[in-house]
Amino acid sequence: MIHDIAFWSLSVITIVSAIGVVVTKDLFRSALLLAVFFVGIAGFFFLLSAEFLAVVQVLIYVGAISILFIFAVMLTSDIQRGNPANRMQVVAMVVPALLLVAVLLGVFTSQWVELDAEVQDTVDLVHTRAVGGISESEFAAAVIDDEFSQKAIQEADIADLLVGEYVLAFEGVSVLLLGALIGSLALARGKGSR
Amino acid sequence: MSLESLLAIAAILFCIGLYGALSRSNVIAVFMSIEIMFNAVNLTFVAFGRYITPLAFDVNLGSLLTGQVFVIFVITVAAAEIALGLGIVLALYRSTNSIDLSQIVRLKH
Repeated sequence: MIHDIAFWSLSVITIVSAIGVVVTKDLFRSALLLAVFFVGIAGFFFLLSAEFLAVVQVLIYVGAISILFIFAVMLTSDIQRGNPANRMQVVAMVVPALLLVAVLLGVFTSQWVELDAEVQDTVDLVHTRAVGGISESEFAAAVIDDEFSQKAIQEADIADLLVGEYVLAFEGVSVLLLGALIGSLALARGKGSR
Repeated sequence: MSLESLLAIAAILFCIGLYGALSRSNVIAVFMSIEIMFNAVNLTFVAFGRYITPLAFDVNLGSLLTGQVFVIFVITVAAAEIALGLGIVLALYRSTNSIDLSQIVRLKH
């Protein structure tokens, strides 16, 4: 019950703020609405028991990217002209509408296989405690059958996947971040100031 | 809260972002719309990771978190893209004094 209330209010918050970001004339206001949208997505992550991701979302998106957007809006005084629409209004309306219809048709006509409630509890426990361990009382609260043994849940950890199965992508992403850091520094510094 | 409603919400958010990216002519507004699209996709990753992945990986519990790992990579790439993109916007503004996409037509000439 409380989950449904939270879910629907988060849906309203994210959709309204996303529309606000897109249609607001004042760019500064759309940057602030974008921060509201990011917080709403973090709330969805909490609801889906991905708490580590929710914290990461608040740290990176709300804390860093929103501030970066506000800086960019402040630094480019083009904002007096507002947020004008370009000449492709019809295309820009039709393409997302068609895509939305297609995706919604696909979502609602597909047969999604739902999990048993007990298995879902275990899955939620693993997701919630993606970082750190699980105490004995939490094991007692959730129904743990033989297939999902306590030891396996205890060992399920997001860091194991990051530096285990996906270590190549992990290293690649760190190189990408270094490249982006140097590149944006070189771009933003300009020619004159060296 | 079900998988269908989550996917529907994410699809609506993605299409709002797509509309913004196609219809605005200010570069920063286009970047904001792209961020909305990234977040919608992250939402579908987490939703599938919670509702669908356990069926495919019922032996190794560590794999349950694959969806979340993907989201971490998407967030990282999005952050790098935004840092670079805003750097380009600032350089563009310094050289042309405008960040209006309909006026940046240098490659045409």
